[in-house]
Amino acid sequence: MAQELLWIFISALLINNFTLTYFLGICPFLGVSNKVDTALRLGLANIFVMIITAVAAWALNTYVLIYAPYLRLISFIIVIASTVQFVEMAIKKWSPELFRALGIFLPLITTNCAILGLALFATNKGYGLLEGIVYALGAGGGVTLALILMAGIREETRVLDIPDAVKGTALSLIVAGILSMAFMGFAGMFSAA
Amino acid sequence: MGKDQHTDWDVLIKGLWRENPVFVAVLGMCPTLAVTNTAINSLAMASATFFVLVFSSLFVSLLRKVIAKQVRITTYIVIIATFVSLVDMLLAALVPDIHKELGAFIALIVVNCLILGRQESFAAKNKVGAALMDAIGMGLGFTIALLMIGIVRELLGNGSLFDIPIFGTSFEPWIIMILPPGGFFTLGFLLLLFNAVALRRAKANAITS
Repeated sequence: MAQELLWIFISALLINNFTLTYFLGICPFLGVSNKVDTALRLGLANIFVMIITAVAAWALNTYVLIYAPYLRLISFIIVIASTVQFVEMAIKKWSPELFRALGIFLPLITTNCAILGLALFATNKGYGLLEGIVYALGAGGGVTLALILMAGIREETRVLDIPDAVKGTALSLIVAGILSMAFMGFAGMFSAA
Repeated sequence: MGKDQHTDWDVLIKGLWRENPVFVAVLGMCPTLAVTNTAINSLAMASATFFVLVFSSLFVSLLRKVIAKQVRITTYIVIIATFVSLVDMLLAALVPDIHKELGAFIALIVVNCLILGRQESFAAKNKVGAALMDAIGMGLGFTIALLMIGIVRELLGNGSLFDIPIFGTSFEPWIIMILPPGGFFTLGFLLLLFNAVALRRAKANAITS
């Protein structure tokens, strides 16, 4: 069991990295990640929302959606968005420090494709509660890792002399492609086990 | 009347090129890059998005006076999610093979920022006719962009186009183009191309004027 959970975690973190192999959460990846510090906080907020999402998706799947599977998409979106909002209010009240650290990213992340993607993939794979949470941790960690790597590279490229046509999104995408290629190397890591 | 028609056409045309959702606005990346590895998948994804965009715009525009300001985003999302669920079931019934290949990414059309963006910035403020034109224009622009990416990736990564071999057997396919990095590279280089053309045009204009 523990081995299986570890496998789920590593697979979501490195091999099937949400950002670099599923293209989920590309918008903040290309738009926001200019500073390593911001990237780290955005990543932490992402992990946080993902864990809530995994629990919410599991609860919906087990108790509600067996009666009405065609409502899956609509209920996922509404329940996840409102749960996050609710938890955000709770954190604001009980732990202002944590709230400040996560900052404005919490509400933004809710509409991020990585969140809905996590809920859908966890459903398709038939994960239970514990597996879902581990999957969320791995996926969130993977997104954080990608954000930090990208932010670090972008910090470096700011001082370089780059042709005008390549500046901006084009450069970010090409860098992302190279990162994605590097992450493909992880695919062979566990095939022997 | 003639003037109205002109503006309607303008609304339609702008999505194709001048405000192309992918190449100019860089919207709706997330659920789309993953499935543009072949031309057929790109076409399927683009048609599904087109359908959702047109019907969501139609309904949002029809209901624009009924929807309360405070809950508008939620309402848009519910409308979009309804049509995405419809498309998901339609594709599963009509083309099960493609549906299987696209998998969860069909459901992820819900969070395509392009669709929500058009509702908020256009459909909610305009009459039904204009909203439809805008949706069709943007949808077509999105389709063109996705097809361009899909064609490049399939041609280089598989040596074929719509599953028909083009380059013959002596061609060594660039497998990387079908894999995830290929998506980033293709879009990156297409954007580069677009930027270069725009820059050159701006420079030429500056010289002549």
